[in-house]
Amino acid sequence: MFDTALTANDLIFLAKGAGMTLIVTGISVLLGTILGILFGVFRYQVGPWWAAPLTFVLDIFRSIPLLIQLVLANAFVTTVLGFRISGFTVACGVLSLYTSAYCAEIVRGGIESVPTTLRRAARSLGMTWGQDMRSIVLPLATRVALPSWIGLALGVMKDSALVFIVQVVELLKSTQILITRLQEPLFLLMICGLFYFVISFPVARLGGYLERRWSND
Amino acid sequence: MFNYNFRWAQALNSLPQMLEGALVTMEIAILSMAVGIVVAIFLTVFRLSGQRVLAAVATIWVEVARNTPALFQIYMVHFGLGSFGIHLSPYLSLLIGITFNNAGYLAENFRGALKAIPDTQTRAARSLGMSAGQAFANVVMPQMLRISFLPMTNQMVWAILMTSLGAVVAMNTDLYGVTSDLNARTFRTFELFAIAAVIFYLITKAITLAARLLAARLFRY
Repeated sequence: MFDTALTANDLIFLAKGAGMTLIVTGISVLLGTILGILFGVFRYQVGPWWAAPLTFVLDIFRSIPLLIQLVLANAFVTTVLGFRISGFTVACGVLSLYTSAYCAEIVRGGIESVPTTLRRAARSLGMTWGQDMRSIVLPLATRVALPSWIGLALGVMKDSALVFIVQVVELLKSTQILITRLQEPLFLLMICGLFYFVISFPVARLGGYLERRWSND
Repeated sequence: MFNYNFRWAQALNSLPQMLEGALVTMEIAILSMAVGIVVAIFLTVFRLSGQRVLAAVATIWVEVARNTPALFQIYMVHFGLGSFGIHLSPYLSLLIGITFNNAGYLAENFRGALKAIPDTQTRAARSLGMSAGQAFANVVMPQMLRISFLPMTNQMVWAILMTSLGAVVAMNTDLYGVTSDLNARTFRTFELFAIAAVIFYLITKAITLAARLLAARLFRY
């Protein structure tokens, strides 16, 4: 049962795929979070009416399968606009926007959780809007938003498995390539699944712990 | 740049086929959700039961479903089971994969909902002479389902979006599969997938709206 044609080279190939998964996730979560914070603060600041166009656009990212978003963006950039751009760039761009759509929602929820009276008190002490945001809202909103944000980051890592559609060879795709060659689907899939699980599970637990720890006091 | 000729008319000709695909997509999502809810209730009961083996099965199910990509799960059903000699059709693989995922997420939602139901209710039900099963089925479960109605709606939207992952097991009757088949024949990638995107958007909006109306009707006090 433990006979396998898997060689050290294949393992390095898988590790490269895993590295690609982490790189795509890292870039997307970083850019997506920055954009998400901007969008979230903007949406909260200007109120529902003026933010309606932005809300609509962000909602689209959450209502269409990521696979279709990737195909569509790739087709738009490369054939309609005619840019020569790598699948990797498209994948990072789409995933960043996708992340920012969810992140904006989390940020808005976080800001809304800060009592208005607290913010008025800060302003009447002479704090500027920026100071109020930085020293009052940021620490309080983070406590509410961080557990969901961790969930989002893990979700993006799992969703990054879909970037194979724009020719980015990440973990699942490299597993697939090896399966085609070695014909040992179960064993290879186990390795692949284990990798995702080993990264996701501890972080998810940390998120759960923070949620419990911070919601008590 | 910008010398691309849009051929919307050609792409729109295949709209009937795509709408048929959309029906298959909805069918898969609804089936996977219905079965998923039932399985999730069982998983919740297993975790509450105190039986070590059952609780372990439920915990492993939930953690694997929540901590690996849905794409991986569908792949596993199709090719993983294949190596045990169980060869499923793409339709069935996709359905089982999504159901597995739904059940895992829903079981976690149900667990969260259970925390919001006071323990005293079970005790009151038991002291009225109900058995443990009766107390759960008649007192706790209805409230649990009511509290987790919103997460269930979200999961339903997720199920619709997840059907597009059938691409990986060569599923070609759902909306994504139909679109990608048409694309292989006509190469109008942007037009075809734009139409598919609009259909997906309309479906998810319809579901959210229906759920909101249903909630207003079901949950008025």
